[in-house]
Amino acid sequence: MKRHLLSAADLDRDDALLVLDTAEELARVSDRTVKKLPTLRGRTVVNLFFEDSTRTRTSFEVAAKRLSADVINFSATGSSVSKGESLKDTALTLEAIGADGVVIRHGSSGAPHRLATWVRGSVLNAGDGTHEHPTQALLDAYTMRSRLGRVEGLKVTIVGDVLHSRVARSNVLLLRTLGADVTLVAPPTLFPVGVEAWPAEVSYDIDAVLPKSDVVMVLRVQRERMNAAYFPSAREYSRRYGLDGRRMAMLPDEAIVMHPGPMNRGMEIAAEVADSVRSTIVEQVANGVSVRMAVLYLLLGGVEVGG
Amino acid sequence: MSRWLVTGAAVLGGPPSDLLLDDGVVVEVGVGLAAGGGQVLDAAGLVALPGLVDLHTHLREPGREDAETVESGTLAAALGGFTAVHAMANTDPVADVAGVVEQVWRLGQQAGYCDVHPVGAVTVGLRGEQLAELGAMADSAARVRIFSDDGRCVDDAVLMRRALEYVKAFDGVVAQHAQEPRLTAGAQMNEGVLSARLGLTGWPAVAEESVIARDCLLAAHVGSRLHVCHVSTAGSVDILRWAKAKGWRVSAEVTPHHLLLTDDLATTYDPVYKVNPPLRTAADVEALRDGLADGTIDAVATDHAPHALEDKESEWSAAAFGMLGLETALCVVVAAMVQTGRLDWAGVADRMAVRPARIGRLAGQGQPLQAGAPANLTLLDPAARTVIDPVGLASRSRNTPYAGRELPGRVVATFLRGRPTVLDGKPA
Repeated sequence: MKRHLLSAADLDRDDALLVLDTAEELARVSDRTVKKLPTLRGRTVVNLFFEDSTRTRTSFEVAAKRLSADVINFSATGSSVSKGESLKDTALTLEAIGADGVVIRHGSSGAPHRLATWVRGSVLNAGDGTHEHPTQALLDAYTMRSRLGRVEGLKVTIVGDVLHSRVARSNVLLLRTLGADVTLVAPPTLFPVGVEAWPAEVSYDIDAVLPKSDVVMVLRVQRERMNAAYFPSAREYSRRYGLDGRRMAMLPDEAIVMHPGPMNRGMEIAAEVADSVRSTIVEQVANGVSVRMAVLYLLLGGVEVGG
Repeated sequence: MSRWLVTGAAVLGGPPSDLLLDDGVVVEVGVGLAAGGGQVLDAAGLVALPGLVDLHTHLREPGREDAETVESGTLAAALGGFTAVHAMANTDPVADVAGVVEQVWRLGQQAGYCDVHPVGAVTVGLRGEQLAELGAMADSAARVRIFSDDGRCVDDAVLMRRALEYVKAFDGVVAQHAQEPRLTAGAQMNEGVLSARLGLTGWPAVAEESVIARDCLLAAHVGSRLHVCHVSTAGSVDILRWAKAKGWRVSAEVTPHHLLLTDDLATTYDPVYKVNPPLRTAADVEALRDGLADGTIDAVATDHAPHALEDKESEWSAAAFGMLGLETALCVVVAAMVQTGRLDWAGVADRMAVRPARIGRLAGQGQPLQAGAPANLTLLDPAARTVIDPVGLASRSRNTPYAGRELPGRVVATFLRGRPTVLDGKPA
């Protein structure tokens, strides 16, 4: 594996499978009474969060602690960062502290790439702007594999705000690497210009795609987007692209429904779908810890497992 | 001391000639001329061009003297072969009144490295609401002829129309930064395959082209002169070609970086490549080179935009737009246009000196190197190659996109009205 995890494209097929296999092994630790391994004892992991995200930060924090790493939470609010300190100065501070790994969430696409040029430790992208969120894609692939037994050959439909979604970008790349077929569904306004170059099909019609889908991944759609004319109203979005009970019934029997959270119930996903047996939304959260443990272990552990 | 004999220079790439410079003018051009007590500069193997004229320079003074001053910027210009630059109006305070343009003009005279012609703002404070006192700036000691809100687009159609009309009274020209603001809110890079992948907000070509089309039509309607700043797309070249075919008085410039660099540099997320308008695709670069070669684009203009280190050493979206250009412009043009066979040396002189001087109405610049002309010239070694080292630049800033790159050619000497500003590639 490379030293950093900045993009899902940093992982080739062997790397990605190694992460998933390692996560599977580590998941067993979470079933024990004492949920801790000594693997990263003496290592320091910094959670550097410039955006509020309790879910992702907590997931990384738990993952690092289960591997016995020392965890420092460095959040932008109320720190020197909010007083105008630059990303570079923050990076130099982390360097002085001696961080072995930096988990960064930032509102600006590419911020983890910049950080990686300024620190010696490994940089883990925990979501950058509208660019990528590679560990989300890994935990999604992990969830597909645990529910459906494989990723290769699956037909995965991703529906929602593709334009602004880092989850979509990372998933398209990783799922391609793992051999799944991805179809993206959204109103044309919520696709980026240039999406035709992505290794995925593009559709505007969710009803045509659902009967052929093994997995439907629903993306969060912010209601405020309608103020920028991306769609006329939340109601119309919901009607044309929302996953409700009627649409869920069009799916093949084994198909699963995923959502990276946080959900807008009643907007992109109906409550009855989110709470149905097809839904993997709660599992995704649990799997997130195992996958992040695997990534931290492989990047910081200095030992190749499984190899 | 003011007498110089330049020997063996290839004027516009022609056969070796001697040029005798005295008292600010070219006295004689020929073979075997005598120095007559003057100093001799052996220019064998060097190409002589009229002193270059930049239509688009940000000197940052007053206001951001930490990034550039008139003195450091004009020294950079001289080292790049320029004898005149147009200083953009987006200073602090804005150059929207006679007092500020006169200050910049005087600072240029004091520095003495090249002529500084201030560009006046079109609107008060560049705010796009009310015309600045264009006439006062035109009548001032700075004799402003080019007006621009560069950095901002005069997007209000009525205001643009009035500005175009108003400057006719003193043979002025409005230089438009063509950028439809609503289509480019938060824009970070060229909109296309790469912006989609990188998750950076796109700056679509249509936001430039639609404004250029509108402005060409407005200029034709009111019979005025329009200059289009830093054209960056293939579509813009097509529109300009169409407007010129109509006989409308439209001119345009392209930057060196848009002739050489492409948007894939953004994949590094290094903001040294963040510029406005953004770097475009290889197809756009080809169209711009074609447009410059056939004269659709009149001039190469640097859009030299110095920025302090902290304004560039950041995450992409937080960084300032702009890159340095003065010291590398000629070398980039050699790489993009001369070595590719698209322009000969006469063509380079036309696009970098003759036409820019004409657009800016500068009588003493861009003149052919013949007896009686002002002795503004630059000497280039076309066989040399230069590796760009940001630390070695005369600019106060370091934001060159060419760091570590080897570029063809080296400016050896520059003369401003017969006086060397640069000798042996160093400040004279």
